[in-house]
Amino acid sequence: MRRDFDWKPLLLVPALALLALPAVGSLPTWFTLTIAGLAMGMIVFIIASGLTLVFGLMDVLNFGHGVFIALGAYVATLVLGCMGDWTQSQSIIANLVAVLPATVAAMLVAGAVGLAFERLIVRPVYGQHLKQILITMGGMIIGEELIKVMWGPDQIGLPLPAGLRGSWQWGDAAIEKYRIMALAAGVLVFGVLAWTLARTKIGLLIRAGVQDREMVESLGYRIRILFIGVFVAGSALAGLGGVMWGLYQENVIPQMGNQVNVLIFIVIIIGGLGSTTGALIGALLVGLTANYTGFLVPKVALVSNIALMVAVLLWRPEGISPVARSR
Amino acid sequence: MLRRILSNDLPRSGMLTMLLLAIFLGLAFAPFVFPGIKALNVAAKILVFIVLVASFDLLLGYTGIISFAHTMFFGIGAYGIAIAVTRLSPSWSAIAVGLACALALSLVLALAISLFSLRVRALFFAMITLAVASAFQTLASQLSEITGGDDGLTFRLPEVLSPAFRLSREPFLGVSLNGRLVCYYLLFILAVVLVLTLLRIVNSPFGRVLQAIRENEFRAEAIGYRVVLYRTLSAVISALFATLAGAMLALWLRYNGPDTSLSFEVMLDVLLIVVIGGMGTIYGAVVGAVLFVIAQSYLQDLLRLGSEVAAGLPWLAALLSPDRWLLWLGLLFVLSVYYFPSGVVGRLRVPPSDEGAR
Repeated sequence: MRRDFDWKPLLLVPALALLALPAVGSLPTWFTLTIAGLAMGMIVFIIASGLTLVFGLMDVLNFGHGVFIALGAYVATLVLGCMGDWTQSQSIIANLVAVLPATVAAMLVAGAVGLAFERLIVRPVYGQHLKQILITMGGMIIGEELIKVMWGPDQIGLPLPAGLRGSWQWGDAAIEKYRIMALAAGVLVFGVLAWTLARTKIGLLIRAGVQDREMVESLGYRIRILFIGVFVAGSALAGLGGVMWGLYQENVIPQMGNQVNVLIFIVIIIGGLGSTTGALIGALLVGLTANYTGFLVPKVALVSNIALMVAVLLWRPEGISPVARSR
Repeated sequence: MLRRILSNDLPRSGMLTMLLLAIFLGLAFAPFVFPGIKALNVAAKILVFIVLVASFDLLLGYTGIISFAHTMFFGIGAYGIAIAVTRLSPSWSAIAVGLACALALSLVLALAISLFSLRVRALFFAMITLAVASAFQTLASQLSEITGGDDGLTFRLPEVLSPAFRLSREPFLGVSLNGRLVCYYLLFILAVVLVLTLLRIVNSPFGRVLQAIRENEFRAEAIGYRVVLYRTLSAVISALFATLAGAMLALWLRYNGPDTSLSFEVMLDVLLIVVIGGMGTIYGAVVGAVLFVIAQSYLQDLLRLGSEVAAGLPWLAALLSPDRWLLWLGLLFVLSVYYFPSGVVGRLRVPPSDEGAR
């Protein structure tokens, strides 16, 4: 494995960043945009990681993944709304104490709903791609509508805690505090995820299952239970990503799940279905592209991601590092 | 004769034959049997949706691949007419130019999407179409100089199709013979021709290959059919028919905006109609579209009524509010995919005695 490590995709991210430098022009602006892009990329990666693992493990493509994103963000609005004293405080520690339970609550709720979603929506249609796509899409719509019933159809503000607002000056470049935090949280989650996948028994089984499900089963492991675990963990991660995304935008709307879903699909297509490394690279590329083009030509920001996807697919038709081979 | 017109694909069920005949006659004489502006609008919408859903059925039911960009092609058709007529003149030549440009754009886009996604795996197609469609929707509302943005475009049509035009001074059977009537029958003829053409396509040798691919992709490839090529062709043909349906919509409404033709809600309607009507049977599109559009036009009133009754219970009232129409659609959709996957037509075609055997 190590001797033929595929290093080319890893160069894509710095290459894209350097390519954008002359286009953006000024170094401080470029620096701000790059940090913003990386932060956005990490958030998108957190959301996409669960989806791509679920696909790799069980060949299940969950079009309803976006529900957990929106759900997580809405739960966070509830929890943070109850903790006014802590969020108003200028101390970053108090703010983090407020954000932590909100995040935990969001992950728990999203995970629990993920469990129910798996049982009710996904399980009856295993192995039938066509129905799977239709059913999970239906689940997505139902979830979005239920969110509208509970929280109303309009946009709700999700203000950042006071201490996390504003930005640090670093030379001429202004870097928003929250983006650094999001970046740090993203790196942390990626570290935990990578460690779990690479160093633990469960991670070993997941990776083995992605490569060859039947073989793992014939060795006596119950891949169903493993799969449910991954599905729930993936939903919880989507909930966490939803909180971070909501704080990044400073508002939540019921349609946010659908909007982020589109980004995530682009990410996992770029990364190659089933690959976590691919998803990370894809997410960073998408985050950077979105921020650079958002600055240079705002009108084509979303189209630029599709152009990016097309470019990657021209280079590698199955994505950057496909794991799940066509079965 | 009839056998040839229907491409040898008869309804194969007495009930279904009656139903289709009733729908055909009902739509053919709709302006005379169901007077009133609302009824005529519903009938015209049914015609448009029959074509749109039948073209989607070619892709989903016959080829077995899912596209979430079908409304994009629908929108391209509608915008093609709208933009050409607004920019050039309210004339037939402008309509022809708009339609030709829309068809060309759909052809190029469908070809590009298919070649990028279908050569890897059919699953990619669903994801890429979703992404492209949402980008296109954003683009359509952003480029407001051309598309009119979120407000859309209202335009005038050639004299013959406008309400002011009179075929004769005297009303015929109590219905005034104006341009709207001409427009309705134009749509009707178009819908009949397009549906029969689709029926011809799915029952041709080409259509049989598509079904073979749906049933077993690997085996079809092994027999020697280029699966990618056939799937791509199917996606392109389906996109072109959707574009034509979009043009029909624009002709009828004399207006087009992102909500009427591009929105995800329309896509959901199409999915639901295909599933309810019966996938893989062009007739399913006809039956489903009639049931669905009528339900949509009149059931929302029912929900409003329910919401008013439940006013004492705020939770129930919120669930029953007409704004939550999509919630019930979504539930209906999931339940039909589970318990009713063959749809109305599939159910009617299987004799009750065989059902246990299936």
